Amino acid sequence: MTPSPPVLRVKNLSVSFDATEVVSQVSFTIEPGECLALVGESGSGKSVSARSLIGLAGTGSRVHAETLELAGRDVKDLSQRSWRKLRGKQVGFILQDALTSLDPLRKIGKEIDDALRLHTRLSPGARAAKVIDLLTSVGLDDPVRRAGQLSGELSGGMRQRALIASAIALDPALVIADEPTTALDATIAAQVMELLAGLRATGSGMLLISHDLAAVAKVADSIAVMQGGRIVETGPAEQILGNPQHPYTRALLAAVPAGKPRFTPLSPATQPAEPMVSARPTVSAAAEPVLRARSLSRSFQIPGAAGFHAVQNVDFTLFEGETLGMVGESGSGKTTTARMALGLLEPDSGSVELFGEPWSQVPEAQRRTRRPGLGAIYQDPLSSFDPRMSVGALLADALSLGATRNPRQHRERITELLGLVGLETGLISRNPATLSGGQRQRLAIARALAPQPRVLICDEPVSALDVSIQAQVLDLLDDLQQRLGLSYLFITHDLSVVRHMSDEVLVMRGGQVVESGRTESVFTDPQHSYTRLLLAAAPGIAAGH
Amino acid sequence: MSAPKPELSPGDPVLVRHRTQITARLPLFLAAAVLAFFILAACFPTLLAPYDPLAINPTDAFSGPGTAHLLGTDESGRDIYSRIIHGARPSLLIGAAATAIGLGLALLLGTIAGFGGRWLDFGVGRILEVLFALPGLLLALVFIALAGPGVGTTVVAVGLTTAPGYARMIRAQIIALRTSAMVEAATVLGRSRTKILFTHILPNALAPIAVLGTLGLGQAVVWAASLSFLGLGAPPPTPEWGAMLSAGRTYLAIGWWMTFFPGLAIVLVAAASTVLSRALKTGGER
Amino acid sequence: MTIASDTDRRRPRIWGAARWLLGKLVGGIFVLWAVATAIFFGIRMIPGDPAEAIMGGPGSQASAEALAQARADYGLDEPLVIQYLTSLWRLATGDLGTSYSLKSPVSEVLGELVPATLVLAVLALLVAWALALGLAVASTRSGKLGMALGSGLEIVSAAVPHFWLASVLIMFFATALGWLPPVSTNSPAGLVLPVATLALPLAGFLGQVMRDTFDEAHRSSFALSARARGESETGVLLRHSLRHAALPGIALSGWAFGSLLSGAVVVESIFARPGLGRSLLSAVTARDIPLVTGVALLSAGAYVLIMALSDLAERLADPRMVAP
Repeated sequence: MTPSPPVLRVKNLSVSFDATEVVSQVSFTIEPGECLALVGESGSGKSVSARSLIGLAGTGSRVHAETLELAGRDVKDLSQRSWRKLRGKQVGFILQDALTSLDPLRKIGKEIDDALRLHTRLSPGARAAKVIDLLTSVGLDDPVRRAGQLSGELSGGMRQRALIASAIALDPALVIADEPTTALDATIAAQVMELLAGLRATGSGMLLISHDLAAVAKVADSIAVMQGGRIVETGPAEQILGNPQHPYTRALLAAVPAGKPRFTPLSPATQPAEPMVSARPTVSAAAEPVLRARSLSRSFQIPGAAGFHAVQNVDFTLFEGETLGMVGESGSGKTTTARMALGLLEPDSGSVELFGEPWSQVPEAQRRTRRPGLGAIYQDPLSSFDPRMSVGALLADALSLGATRNPRQHRERITELLGLVGLETGLISRNPATLSGGQRQRLAIARALAPQPRVLICDEPVSALDVSIQAQVLDLLDDLQQRLGLSYLFITHDLSVVRHMSDEVLVMRGGQVVESGRTESVFTDPQHSYTRLLLAAAPGIAAGH
Repeated sequence: MSAPKPELSPGDPVLVRHRTQITARLPLFLAAAVLAFFILAACFPTLLAPYDPLAINPTDAFSGPGTAHLLGTDESGRDIYSRIIHGARPSLLIGAAATAIGLGLALLLGTIAGFGGRWLDFGVGRILEVLFALPGLLLALVFIALAGPGVGTTVVAVGLTTAPGYARMIRAQIIALRTSAMVEAATVLGRSRTKILFTHILPNALAPIAVLGTLGLGQAVVWAASLSFLGLGAPPPTPEWGAMLSAGRTYLAIGWWMTFFPGLAIVLVAAASTVLSRALKTGGER
Repeated sequence: MTIASDTDRRRPRIWGAARWLLGKLVGGIFVLWAVATAIFFGIRMIPGDPAEAIMGGPGSQASAEALAQARADYGLDEPLVIQYLTSLWRLATGDLGTSYSLKSPVSEVLGELVPATLVLAVLALLVAWALALGLAVASTRSGKLGMALGSGLEIVSAAVPHFWLASVLIMFFATALGWLPPVSTNSPAGLVLPVATLALPLAGFLGQVMRDTFDEAHRSSFALSARARGESETGVLLRHSLRHAALPGIALSGWAFGSLLSGAVVVESIFARPGLGRSLLSAVTARDIPLVTGVALLSAGAYVLIMALSDLAERLADPRMVAP
């Protein structure tokens, strides 16, 4: 028995646009049944690499490689016509979000059928039967009905399964999956990941592309870490995760909050000036509640349908100097709860108290005078800034409680605030749109701190950030909490983030709190089945424990 | 939900912009030059025009473009080029006045609809629907039928014609801003509704007005000229572009220049204002 | 993430369709009522004798008998409310009055004019559609040149007025080359220039919109997925991008038809072609209020109808929308 050739062999692949090289000297090999994960942060060149492997790097690109072999065949200088025969048949390609990766105007059955129509001579009837088989094999219930639906009529997980079905229709030797679970909730993502892992059993090789080391840990046999268009480290998964050699890999691993106790710095950039943990004020049982919700409920009217209960009977108490984590998947009512806590939305029933006084059902004029005590930061900081205001103007406005936007009037306090969040004073005259994602979130934090609030509501503040930037922002929030004695209501879908950040946690599902308690006890001894499901689905790196 | 920022793709404007920056500036430069020329003509016509626009010279009638008369003469021997230069003032003034009326009305309706709550929004929406049902010239013509022809009527008619489209844009802009994250953040910071209205919503909603105004000027000049061309605007001897076209129409077979050049002036102004408004728009977005 | 719930699907389709139809009907009647009301009070708000205004304004020098006749016809001696209700009742029963300039019932005049304008507008719309789709495809396929062409088109469609385009076309194809008649008839040759005048700027506008959507679809993730499946560029074009590009075109067709009615005023005048637009112009010049009212109501009605049809077409063409 001759050993079958590797499904993919790449040597010194380089891709450039105009004069800019975005991928340099990338080499790797994938054996049949092997899963290689290509991991890197945004801009590392991982997606471009994947696309150039199927000759779709895009217009204006120049691709060069010493070797590019697909299942033993040299595909380096293939014509577009020959490429078309390989794509879909030899290589299946799965893109990030199936909502945009399946044509919204076509039935999903049609989309899957395309692959069969292009590469086989099957009759339409036989193809239709095969489409149903495929949908069944990716675990879609009621496949006959699903085949006739549009991608917009399916849930995110079902869509991603349908997209996978279209990619594996012809049993390709290689499956390339570009961030296949990024847009999905954790429990769904875990199921899809499991489905992908199962594909290897048929002997297909897999190239898995991800920004998240933790997400690929369970599936990948080997891992290649990309930074700035180059592979900086490659090796078996256990070695990369357990004994990383390259500093960048180490930084990436350190940035993963999973399993890191509270107040451990995640980013090498954060050098604790003083021993952080001991500096923390000990929480006594007598700690004062700063924000309290009593059986909050809120429903929304949807035209032509019954009322939709976004939040039902939610209770929580946030104590002075503590962090209360609120975790849940999309649609669990987290944001609606946050809006009620911020006094932006009145609850249908129940009440909110801020510093022991009623906060809901009071006139906005009365609430306004108390607003400086409560701040907020959001997932997309840029959209919360007035596009016409510079960094300095934003801070001056927040510091003066709206009286002025002239940064010169509050020069000292602005410098102080910028220093507090680790931004340079030189940014004062810049427009926030020109800042990086991490800088924008720091600016948002600085603005929220300007009126000297005691409570900060953080709604998915790090979800849009790369893991190393996320680490820096989380460290900053930790640091500020200790220095200023802030209390956080921290909302996120990410279990590892919430575990790292919170003293107490609230698990939400379908608008209700299913479990709450001290973070460690909830995580180590979950009582509710849903919490256990979430924990099982959460990607984790064994090294943390 | 965590979604990493998409990587730079080949078609990304960032990559394309650099290369095309210089060639992209050329139309903008030309547009500015065209508008500057006509504004100069409107302010100091005698500076640019070699002849009296009203001087009748029957011996020179119907001469084609040439050295004596750059763009030819009309049926009474009047110099077309001089008439176009002298026509800049009335034509642009009519356009500007109509734009002001249209935008003013649109601002009023759009703001009422955007801020006034559900019922006012509904009411304004119905008014706009009725105005939309008589598109373009139809509304202007019905108005002129009631009010009688003339320059003043033309101005109001054109303003009325252009108002509904602008009103709808302004309304959408205000509603988008009202529900934006920016306004929510300002509320959390403790700003009052009036403060938010005047410091965040209105300034951001009004920025596109500059774009609309520039675009509107060109459109209004075209509409007004259309009405003049149909014989409902400025009376014949006036050197106004639409009126010149209307007069030249009779002689299309023997003197093409009498129609072609005044029309070209209108097209140039309208094109220049379109290019300029587009540049303002992309400049504002950056 | 909107998932159409099963309860939505089980609701009888016919009920939704009936609601949609009723909504459009009520909206249409409201628009017609508003136009009629605006004109009714418009005449009476102009300083002077409304009888004189109805008879063609102060310049018409109508005889005393004619004015008396108008007063009697329109019941101008009655209280305003009675006059208003009478006029509404007349319009509702289809009595649009008599045209002063043409001396015949307005409804008859309109009946003769509608087909000519309709032929012109429908032909122009079809030609504009074909041109726009072609332009959208051509401009995205030829890279840089296509981009320049695309932005050029936008400017042309916004800046070239019908009257100038018509004059230039006549100069060229009728006067200089003599290929086509400068006066329009219903013969194919006589329709070419008026249809071209109306269709070209519209094609520029539609082409611009379609081009943007087409471009977006062509560069989208689902197009990339299709290519990764082995689909050819032509396949992506036919199966994906063109369909996306057509949707905004359909949605804008109602608006486009309106702009064609407006353009017909100019085009019918220049090409001396009988039709609604030209009659409206002569009615305005003669201040023939009954005829103006008739044309206004007819165009508004047509516009409402076309908007409803384009809404229907959009719902049928876009599977994501619920068909009424």
